[in-house]
Amino acid sequence: MKLHEYLSKRIFADYGVPIPIGKVAETPEEAEAVAREMGGRVIVKSQVLVGGRGKAGGIKLADGPDEAREHAEDILSMNIKGLPVRKVLIDQAVDIREEIYLGITNDRGEGKPVIMASSEGGVDIEEVAAATPEKIIKCHIDPMMGLQNYQSRDLAAGIDLPREHWKAFGKIAHGLWQAYKKSDANLAEINPLVITGGGELLAVDGKMVIDDNALFRHPDLAAMRDTDIEAQAEVEARKHDLSYIKLDGDIGCMVNGAGLAMTTMDIIKLFGGEPANFLDIGGGASAEKVAAALRIILTDQSVKAILFNIFGGITRCDLVAQGILDALEDIDTDVPMVVRLVGTNAEEGRQLLADAEMTTADTLAEAARLAVAAAE
Amino acid sequence: MSILVDKNTRLLVQGITGTEGLFHTERMVAYGTNVVSGVTPGKGGEWVLNGKIPVFDSVKIARKATGANTSVIFVPARFAADAMYEAADAGIETIVCISEGVPVQDMMRVRQFLDRREVRLVGPNCPGILTPGEAKVGIIPGNIADPGRIGVVSRSGTLTYEVLYALKNLEMGVSTCVGIGGDPINGTNFIDTLRMFQEDPGTEKIVLIGEIGGTDEEQAAEYITNYVSKPVAAFIAGQTAPPGKRMGHAGAIVQGGTGLAEDKIKALKSAGVKVAQHPEEIPSLL
Repeated sequence: MKLHEYLSKRIFADYGVPIPIGKVAETPEEAEAVAREMGGRVIVKSQVLVGGRGKAGGIKLADGPDEAREHAEDILSMNIKGLPVRKVLIDQAVDIREEIYLGITNDRGEGKPVIMASSEGGVDIEEVAAATPEKIIKCHIDPMMGLQNYQSRDLAAGIDLPREHWKAFGKIAHGLWQAYKKSDANLAEINPLVITGGGELLAVDGKMVIDDNALFRHPDLAAMRDTDIEAQAEVEARKHDLSYIKLDGDIGCMVNGAGLAMTTMDIIKLFGGEPANFLDIGGGASAEKVAAALRIILTDQSVKAILFNIFGGITRCDLVAQGILDALEDIDTDVPMVVRLVGTNAEEGRQLLADAEMTTADTLAEAARLAVAAAE
Repeated sequence: MSILVDKNTRLLVQGITGTEGLFHTERMVAYGTNVVSGVTPGKGGEWVLNGKIPVFDSVKIARKATGANTSVIFVPARFAADAMYEAADAGIETIVCISEGVPVQDMMRVRQFLDRREVRLVGPNCPGILTPGEAKVGIIPGNIADPGRIGVVSRSGTLTYEVLYALKNLEMGVSTCVGIGGDPINGTNFIDTLRMFQEDPGTEKIVLIGEIGGTDEEQAAEYITNYVSKPVAAFIAGQTAPPGKRMGHAGAIVQGGTGLAEDKIKALKSAGVKVAQHPEEIPSLL
């Protein structure tokens, strides 16, 4: 789950990372009032969960309250990469002398957190990694011991940070580590971390991604979810504990298990079709859950055929069949459906569906071929 | 022959009195697995399955009383790290964690803890291990594989069943099937399992089932080039998955240009692995 800039920075500040004075506004008038209160020049920053806000015109410098209102008015009416801007962050403008990068993320291969710093801040760090990998200094953190002082000194030295800033940098690195650890983050990133004209270090922009699996112990963070980045159907699916992702094709699919769901999408493509979605109903799905899943697939107007691929292990095929029948009772649809049931109670499931007008298949390849033909 | 679990496995079930734990314990016992005990803190002294299996308060007590050497974990994700620490601390040799949704930072700490001990972890978020005809540890349906000489290792659950079923339909038997799980940080990986299959005289050929996310398949390809002489066939799920979206499994995500199916397929092919276009094609490649 991605967090907005203003929330990420607020969390960093809670752990002792210095951030610019700032406040969120939802209307141009609020923006004006905030700017007036702060005095001086301010930055008006759109709060949307996509990269490239600056290039899209979603970040603007204002000389005073009037200009802040005008910029806020513009920015709050924008759509950036399809996302509406609902909030702007008004930050006091800072005199930037240098921009550096500091971030912590999970290293899958090592099974440890990795902290990274670079003298090339303020740009996309993946571009730095691709073009000049030697400019990124990395250090793995022992998850039992936490970030050690020598490690933050190594980073500071590695990016040629002048010695007078090492102490402040170390404090920020530790704050970021605490924020990452205590929030169960997959990513905690300050980009840029600036050195101001007055010689201070300040986290001007921040980003956090929280581990969805850990949200049960962070109800405060879970409440910060912005559902604008998810299709409505994805939000609905999560309510039913279904994993759904909308795609651009026209063959809807309902599958149990993530790997098999991806495989079903792949085989549809292999046989010349285009999948309309990824949908994993999980293990041991009830009839009710299956019905909810079918309704979600059918809200997508581009769906021209549906493929059900159920390999019953814990999931019982008869319950899936019952769910399909239940859903069809209150949905009027003429979308053709292809069903493949294998495994636990498959025979009972097939009998339940015998009266419904559905095509059945024995193998995955046959099911995919039939679904592709039905969509044409 | 087989790897990891067999007739000598003495299995302990953590979370045995929970709905899932009990349901699958019954199936593991029916399959012929030697389930010697279970653990549910606070329920020590009870028995399950009509008095067949004793329940203990802790793994330490259960191991002492029943000589368990392997544990399978069915506890909710929030308690899974504790269950893994407990099993390792009690001297269990092989831990299989079925629980789905374990926080990544929990797994980082678990890995550090286990790496300092002589213990093997399989999972979490995995279907477990099946040695057909000998032992079923986890949730893989027992009736979809017959004993034989093909070793199967997979990051997926139901996709693995699909492959087992395709093999069975062509009367191709399996030595052991290992589900290593779909999480970004887990215990046993492809390389560990490939090494075991290479050394196992009962395994003649190997099937590897991967998916998008991470670089485990690429590393497996490198390992195969250098150390695996037995024939390997593979399938990689997620060729049509869009970048930046987590496809169900926490580990199945294409990010920043890494974890792509095409890179994995390319790496495996250059290691001499035959890569199937869809899972039902696998038997014909062996």
